[in-house]
Amino acid sequence: MTIESETGTRQERVVMDAGDIARALTRIAHEVLERNKGTKDLALVGIRTGGVHLAHRLVRRIHEIEGTQIPIGELDITLYRDDLSLRKDQPILRKTSVPFKISDLKVVLVDDVLFTGRTIRAAMDGLIDLGRPAEIQLAVLVDRGHRQLPIKANYIGKNIPTSRDEAIHVSLEENGEEDRVVILKA
Amino acid sequence: MGLKRKDLLSLTLLSADDIRLILDTADSFKEVSGREIKKVPALRGKTVVNLFFEPSTRTRTSFELAAKRLSADVINFSPSSSSVVKGETLLDTARNIEAMQADIIVLRHSSAGAAETLARGVKASVINAGDGWHEHPTQALLDLYTIRGRGMDFAGLRVAIVGDVAHSRVARSNIYALTKLGAEVRVVGPPTMIPLHIDRLGVKVYYNLDEALRGVHVIMMLRLQLERQGRALFPTIREYAQQYGLTNERVKLAEPGAIVMHPGPINRGVEIAPDVADSLSSVILDQVANGVAVRMGILYLMSGTGA
Repeated sequence: MTIESETGTRQERVVMDAGDIARALTRIAHEVLERNKGTKDLALVGIRTGGVHLAHRLVRRIHEIEGTQIPIGELDITLYRDDLSLRKDQPILRKTSVPFKISDLKVVLVDDVLFTGRTIRAAMDGLIDLGRPAEIQLAVLVDRGHRQLPIKANYIGKNIPTSRDEAIHVSLEENGEEDRVVILKA
Repeated sequence: MGLKRKDLLSLTLLSADDIRLILDTADSFKEVSGREIKKVPALRGKTVVNLFFEPSTRTRTSFELAAKRLSADVINFSPSSSSVVKGETLLDTARNIEAMQADIIVLRHSSAGAAETLARGVKASVINAGDGWHEHPTQALLDLYTIRGRGMDFAGLRVAIVGDVAHSRVARSNIYALTKLGAEVRVVGPPTMIPLHIDRLGVKVYYNLDEALRGVHVIMMLRLQLERQGRALFPTIREYAQQYGLTNERVKLAEPGAIVMHPGPINRGVEIAPDVADSLSSVILDQVANGVAVRMGILYLMSGTGA
């Protein structure tokens, strides 16, 4: 499919549709439960903004499977970014909301795309400032490679090898879009 | 996004959108101040200099705490400990500070326009922390943030600013910002304390406190600068307190649920009765707490725009 944008013509390829995303999340929910032997001392924290929606979906899946409600938080990592001092314009801050004590909990960070690893590094710093979790695990919908830090996800919806000039876009119903993951090539 | 300006000198220079951006950013920092570890690394490696030519423990501490919670290095300069006493000019002092790689200079000065002069002469971002009788933008922004935090909308809001409006930089900054956001502002005080032609700023002028308070949502009391009133702007403190002091009876003239604000430090029993200062409608301590969050927001937004 070819789409026109302000930056010119871009090639767009759908790599996950709504069904794929739903199945991936169901599998991740099962894997989280299996690895942690249930929901005891478990919490999910979504990274703003895409990760938050996925974390809410995972909490619902886990509730459907186990019948238990686990705590969920929302993390804004802007203040922990390592490129803040390099930017001329400040990014817009959003609120962090983790309304429970994370100390001694097993916290699963949730994000939509794992790329360089810098976002996850920032998220781990942000999380540790809120308390001392017993363990931090990482769940992502898409791992597109190109890591710049030694970070690896525990749960991956789909591995999608990409080149650096490609972009991954995750659109979600919560943002008023159709559920799908596309690769955009310049 | 961002403020897209090097300095924060006056609220006349900010658009309504700029003001909203600062208040929204402060919201995120309020959350940080509520944490067990009240610190984030956003300004790590940046240097913030508090250059205070006038004593002000409250504002300086608030800026210092805000900068430290953002992990900046903070240096406090005051005239008694600097070369100013040896005759150095403001600009030379600032250039020396800048040579120490300061990124943001927070200036408090007794002369109106000092912050602007400084901003033109240095590459660092300059934040006006009060210049003479001119402006005190961060105090007004924290006042707005406190009002908004009480769930009040600015459009259609009625605010009474009470006291020595003529000599109050807090009043001036609040008038600029509140009118910009669509609030109705009333100023009230003895004629000697209300500047001529202030109605040109879009405010209503009252000389009778009871009349001014009818139907307002916010009562903003100004501090009577007892230490500076040698000019005899009113006959006696007792008379002033009778005519312009805020009592519980007077608060009842305002809208139900109206809030009482004061930039502090308060003169109990003069501009504000002790039982009003301690009442549920008083948000004076909220203002202090919000001051840190608002200043964190401002430092954060300024940090990407300076040298």
